[in-house]
Amino acid sequence: MTAEKILFEESLPAGGLWSWRLRRHTTLRITDIEGGANVGLMVYNADAPLDRLNLPDTLKAQYTAKLTRGHVLMSDMGHALLSITADTCGWHDPLGGHGNAAMTEKKYGIATYQEKRNDWYRNAHDNFLIELGKHGLGKRDLVANVNFFSRLDVDADGKMAFHPGNSKAGATVDLRAEMNVLVVLNTCQHPLDPNPKYAPKPVKLTILQTPPPSVDDFCRNFRSENQRSFILTERLFSGA
Amino acid sequence: MSTFILTESKLDPAKAVYDFKLLAGDGWMHEIKRGQTFRIVDLEGNQAVDTLFYNAHDMSDRYSAQDTIRERGGIYLTTGTKLMSSEGNVLATIVADTCGRHDTLGGACAAESNQVRYAIDKRFMHSCRDTFMLQIARWGRGVTKCDITHNINFFMNVPVTTDGKLSFADGVSAGGRYVEVRAEMDLVCLISNCPQLNNPCNAYNPTPVRLLIWN
Repeated sequence: MTAEKILFEESLPAGGLWSWRLRRHTTLRITDIEGGANVGLMVYNADAPLDRLNLPDTLKAQYTAKLTRGHVLMSDMGHALLSITADTCGWHDPLGGHGNAAMTEKKYGIATYQEKRNDWYRNAHDNFLIELGKHGLGKRDLVANVNFFSRLDVDADGKMAFHPGNSKAGATVDLRAEMNVLVVLNTCQHPLDPNPKYAPKPVKLTILQTPPPSVDDFCRNFRSENQRSFILTERLFSGA
Repeated sequence: MSTFILTESKLDPAKAVYDFKLLAGDGWMHEIKRGQTFRIVDLEGNQAVDTLFYNAHDMSDRYSAQDTIRERGGIYLTTGTKLMSSEGNVLATIVADTCGRHDTLGGACAAESNQVRYAIDKRFMHSCRDTFMLQIARWGRGVTKCDITHNINFFMNVPVTTDGKLSFADGVSAGGRYVEVRAEMDLVCLISNCPQLNNPCNAYNPTPVRLLIWN
């Protein structure tokens, strides 16, 4: 059994952008340093990126409209991309999507790089496009994203409301790669964050070597749907 | 308490410039011009109609479920809902709806997701994604699987509970109910008239729909 071991760590500033090819059975731990962070995330099969996160498939397979420990981010090809193996926050938003330049300007105004240098106002849409482009992907490869550390409440009429204070300082979520994945993320504010000020938060990113999922792995056995998704994923590596 | 507001249309089917019956399990990919009105009629009731819209002049500017529900402020689509694109544009507006609630969280069925959801050996049942794939292959013009994004399920009911659970409820539609959208730009519409037999989204009995377009 491989012991858990930190491979490296990075601090991602507020409003920042990041992508990484996360190797199978390594784990990305995201830490909300100050509380109130938002991490918009998309994920792709790094070996065949047309195989990619599909949130509708993920949610309906697990009968959930929130994400937490036990849930698996699934691809449109039925594969397990990332498993949420640990979560001290408890609720991550798969509904709210991400903001773009027009929304950011309308809500917060303009702060150009010329004027503010690296404190300029960035937006999630452009950040996703920048990082996707580094891997040969673009606008057509955008998918519905997860917003880690954020929560929306949905009432009986379907109305959505931002849930303040969902994530506390020090909250962490662990995402274990079930195949080689390309993770693309940024730390812009949630698009429904009611704060009228541009005030994104930084996060810490820790890459860990972690053991492969055992037969009694919590995420694998969270639902029979997850078991079948693991079977289909392991078939990708059969004979290797 | 959930409320349904039904809005009827004054348009006369006899005056439509396009009128087509789409069988269960079949697909449809068609242009709809700016200003035209497009109606989908659930002929026999509880039929899920998996639908995507694209900017006809830039297919990378396409329907976005997350942008649509966020701009609306709620997860169900009905009259007044602006169907938003991934680039923040309004593709179309729902202008009439005698069903009252449509889903955009559940996505489309696929051979591969059927394996996950039901059983590994369900791969070879017909699915919406396979219908989409055939339609885009015939359409050509560089459209590929990456353009198949998260769709609308007209006439389908997928409630979210306050504790964050997703459920697939019995349909709220019935024979003859319809939804109508006005195109706010030149559009391409891609439909799979859902063939799913494994869950109640079509009441286990996929049925035809009628598609009408008015100038």
